[in-house]
Amino acid sequence: MTGILILEQALNGLQFGLMLFLLASGLTLVFGIMDMINLAHGALYMIGAFLTAWIVQFTQSFFLSVFLAVILTSLFGMLLEKTLLKTLYARDHMSQVLATFALILILNESVKMIWGTDLPLSAPDYLSGPVEIMPGLMYSSYRLVIIATGLLIALLLYLLVSQTKMGAWVRAGASNRSMAMAMGININALFTSVFGLGAALCAVAGAMLSPLLAVQVGMGENILILAFVVIVIGGIGSVWGAFVGSILVGCVDTMGRSLLPFLFREFLPPQWASAAGPAVASILVYVLMAVVLFIKPQGLFNQRS
Amino acid sequence: MKFKKVLALSVIGACQLLTLSSIQAADKVKVGFVSTLSGPSAALGVDIRDAFQLAVKLNGGKLGGLPAEVIVSDDQFKPDVAKEQFEKMVKREKVDFLTGVVFSNIMLAALPETNESGTFYLSPNAAPSPMAGKECSANFFAVAWPNDAYHEAAGQYATNKGFKSAYLLAPNYQAGQDSLAGFKRYYKGKVVNEVYTKLGQLDYAAELAEVRAAKPEILYTFLPGGMGVNFIKQFMASGLAKETKLIVPGFGADQDIIRGVGADMLGVFDTSHWGMDLPNAANKKFVAEFEKEYKRLPTLYASQGYDTAMLIDAAVKASNGNLSDKDLVRKNLMEAKFASVRGDFKFNTNHYPIQNYYVREVVKDAQGRLVNKIIGQPIMTNHGDAYVQDCKMK
Repeated sequence: MTGILILEQALNGLQFGLMLFLLASGLTLVFGIMDMINLAHGALYMIGAFLTAWIVQFTQSFFLSVFLAVILTSLFGMLLEKTLLKTLYARDHMSQVLATFALILILNESVKMIWGTDLPLSAPDYLSGPVEIMPGLMYSSYRLVIIATGLLIALLLYLLVSQTKMGAWVRAGASNRSMAMAMGININALFTSVFGLGAALCAVAGAMLSPLLAVQVGMGENILILAFVVIVIGGIGSVWGAFVGSILVGCVDTMGRSLLPFLFREFLPPQWASAAGPAVASILVYVLMAVVLFIKPQGLFNQRS
Repeated sequence: MKFKKVLALSVIGACQLLTLSSIQAADKVKVGFVSTLSGPSAALGVDIRDAFQLAVKLNGGKLGGLPAEVIVSDDQFKPDVAKEQFEKMVKREKVDFLTGVVFSNIMLAALPETNESGTFYLSPNAAPSPMAGKECSANFFAVAWPNDAYHEAAGQYATNKGFKSAYLLAPNYQAGQDSLAGFKRYYKGKVVNEVYTKLGQLDYAAELAEVRAAKPEILYTFLPGGMGVNFIKQFMASGLAKETKLIVPGFGADQDIIRGVGADMLGVFDTSHWGMDLPNAANKKFVAEFEKEYKRLPTLYASQGYDTAMLIDAAVKASNGNLSDKDLVRKNLMEAKFASVRGDFKFNTNHYPIQNYYVREVVKDAQGRLVNKIIGQPIMTNHGDAYVQDCKMK
């Protein structure tokens, strides 16, 4: 285990964690402020990816397509909120789970009908080569752009939540919704904006990750599960908690793919070592969640009063 | 009373009709085609299907002189969906031949559905090693190659070239395990590491970091379909191409991967049982017709789909359309008297092919397109598989 290897794996974990953060932050705000469990969050991630892959065929510019896709997904998210999801706020969590699960199925099939089951999407050519960030360490330039994008958005979100008036409303709504309403905050506009923001963040993650993964129907489901684990660990309604949780989960996942098989290979045949590593890493993520819940049942940085 | 009489008479009449139809020789050939037609690895199933249908079309919509009905369905890369489709093909459609599946794990899950009916399964791709040996089956025919074969050829190539250290990577399923076992069987250098990734995994950042740290002379990976496209793109993006030479089996460098990766594929070496430039007449016709019909170059998967259709054609013709005589059809399938696009074709006693394997390189053709060109003499001639002695069929 050389220093270069550890550094490279740390960067990989950071890259994955930051993209997970984009999903988790939107999810935690929606859950924290609107008290709504939104399973369709992963579907918005998928729609962001499909829109980017589709628009790039016309604009030939990757980042312009990402920008347009983010705006379109955000608008779609707000439309969804104003028409359908608004009716779910008053209902219990079980109803929200059922309704948003149905929404996932509807959105999956709709995407399949419009664009087919998958679309190709490649990173722009000028980012498909490596960059020497240190003597002896070449790292994919595109992944560095992902890390930079994730960090920039995290910073902007932090500034938004802690320094702006809207951020204060968001925090108030997360802390105590009825009191915030009583204080005269326009709760409907706030909810719609928060949902739109969450949708936009999902679209950024979907678009940025697609060249590495694949744009396909159902791509949001796996990452959504991890996003829920992250918000449970971080605390509902806390963006900082989502950040800490995502980085933790991202690093555990990457560690599981590299360090654990390395250890297991000492005493297991290669097929088992390779399968056991990611499996144990998965278990570790849930064990981490269980431990956090045990010590701090509301999550590490809970915002709810 | 009258109604009951009419009902009884119609039931008896219907039974007579049914028994009548089974005595006559078949009036058409029904082929069930279940393959991966969606998702990141769809290109493989689509190529096999397109080539199969092309063969039927070039034969005037017939196989072996009988009108052919090819029923196509998508396994969505899911074993349970494939199982359902196989059951439908066997029980509801009552197909004479079943074919199509790309991936070994999906095929192994669905194949038991054919046990009861004894339906022939002709595999245009997956051919796992257990079924070449202990678990060989009289109704299973591997039309393409044994799973290990391309990898054995690659191992031999790596040994011939004197590469001293190799890092191995494959997905953790039957074909993946077969692939690295096959490579190690013929590679005499040092295996630095043997890593199995999750089937369907698309992000290889962690694995590539490990390869960089291990500093092997060559990296041998078996990653078919979408997995291969992503891996090679990420391999090139990480700058590893300067430090380690990439060798792949034919699955990792054919037209589907070339379309996904692009110019970076130039100079990659791979092994295969077939190449577009094989000089026999059947192949020249196949390549020309495929390009004309589908406006793209065929992959080795397409060549296998085409050969499967031609094998059915030959077997049905030799059986004079008598599809209900399964022993006769089986014997004719075994004899495999058809002009394969790969040249000479012969089945071993375990229903797996004995054939040549070639080394290919990705080069630019006269029109500037990236294609695989066969280099030199076959790296293995009349090569069977390492498991035939365990098969009870003789």
